[in-house]
Amino acid sequence: MATTGVLEQGERDEPPGDEPALSVRDLGFSYSGQPVLESLSFVLRAGEFAVLLGPNGAGKTTLFSLITRLYAYRQGGICIGGHDLNRHSVQAHARMGVVFQQPTLDLDLTVRQNLTYHAALHGMAPAEARRRASLQLARVGLQDSLRQRVRHLSGGQRRRIEIARGLLHDPQLLLLDEPTVGLDIASRRALVDHVHQLCREQGVAVLWATHLIDEVHPDDRVIVLHRGQIRADGSVTEVVSHAGSASIGEAFDRLTQGAAR
Amino acid sequence: MNLARYGHCLRGVVSRELLRFVHQRSRFVAALVRPLVWLFVFAAGFRMALGVAMTEPYQTYVLYEVYIVPGLVGMIQLFNGMQSSLSMVYDREMGSMRVLLVSPFPRWYLLVSKLLAGTLVSIVQVYVFLAIAYLYGVQAPLAGYVLVLPALVVTGFMVGALGMLLSSFVRQLENFAGIMNFVIFPMFFLSSALYPLWRIREGSYLVYQLAAFNPFTYAVEMIRFAMYERFHAEAVSISLVTTVVLLGLAILAYNPARGMMARKGGSGE
Repeated sequence: MATTGVLEQGERDEPPGDEPALSVRDLGFSYSGQPVLESLSFVLRAGEFAVLLGPNGAGKTTLFSLITRLYAYRQGGICIGGHDLNRHSVQAHARMGVVFQQPTLDLDLTVRQNLTYHAALHGMAPAEARRRASLQLARVGLQDSLRQRVRHLSGGQRRRIEIARGLLHDPQLLLLDEPTVGLDIASRRALVDHVHQLCREQGVAVLWATHLIDEVHPDDRVIVLHRGQIRADGSVTEVVSHAGSASIGEAFDRLTQGAAR
Repeated sequence: MNLARYGHCLRGVVSRELLRFVHQRSRFVAALVRPLVWLFVFAAGFRMALGVAMTEPYQTYVLYEVYIVPGLVGMIQLFNGMQSSLSMVYDREMGSMRVLLVSPFPRWYLLVSKLLAGTLVSIVQVYVFLAIAYLYGVQAPLAGYVLVLPALVVTGFMVGALGMLLSSFVRQLENFAGIMNFVIFPMFFLSSALYPLWRIREGSYLVYQLAAFNPFTYAVEMIRFAMYERFHAEAVSISLVTTVVLLGLAILAYNPARGMMARKGGSGE
């Protein structure tokens, strides 16, 4: 742990482990006068898998853009591993991995080159970067594709590589913004199961944004976002009973009525 | 954060840019063919019509081919700077830029690293072009090929920062045509790249004034003088100031709190 990532050992070891991986507090954001997010608050702890469920246009991507600091927020606060994103962006970003909605791998480069580029962006030395690239690739079951060009890989494999990339620097929090877009049903299922497994094994907190009900596992936490507001937050059972419905699908429909999907 | 980590980050950004460049052979060929067409076709045709009288920094009357080589060097860097910065936009709407910006390093450092990487790629292109021009007979003093290096670095940063600034406004690939028409062509044609300023002045005073206000003119003159072992203080200072200003604006444009990003909005959600 000592020589990885941007942070020095001391910086990395504090704060104590009971800080939430992600804490969003009273977060609001407007775009050209229109409120996109309204006083969002939730806390995500290590090892927790939360599905951010919302129809298209609910504000999921905006929330991700704020957490990744593409836009700055003026209302509320975001902390990652206990570090305020606006005041300590270096520490906060070092603890976060992201898989974006759109594919962001360089197709002409090899898998290893893509991964070591990302490692360098986190300040890792080349040897360390190669070691971690092999390790994370093995975890997503693609250890043999190290020297392959990304162009020659399938959509599902590319997504798994982006997940390996997101975990390369041992983050406490992994964000995935509709990561199954463009995948066939089998790859979609495999990816959902795979990230659940990573979440259990590595204790990383996962925030998985989607509008697809069937990506929710029975023991997941579900945060329903609609028109910029949290409509429900809790275990699948809690959300279903909160909506007075029979299933999570029905609950989602009921909580997001009026949404064009 | 210690210095070595900054070094790893810079090395990573630069080697990615170089690898991408190596893999995109068509881009390299296009980048070379463009100035070579100008040199072999345009200049050959115009040397009869446009002899260039003795003008600084040349010691003697020079052929038109000789005159336009520094301008074509500037053109290579101009195209490359726009391309590498705008590629960040059209790599699926900010995809690769997002990857860059989730790095925990300070944003100004990431953007400067990115510009340095693009500049190095353009310098490789320039030296290949100069080597071909040398074989063709356009030969500057050998020391000039070393002295021109700092001028190439400044020019690379200048046009790269301009591209980066524009990329914060531009959203889609289609707009690259607009950038060609409204940025690259005016900057290139309204400069001393193809004709000396005094010659433009004889033709049109308005065009002369536009060219005299165009920072690209000074970048080209800086390159031209450096190639002939001369230091053009005015050109160097104007180029440096322009570079610093554009760099500052580009960094500001990518600042999440103050820049264009917030106003530009997300991808529909």
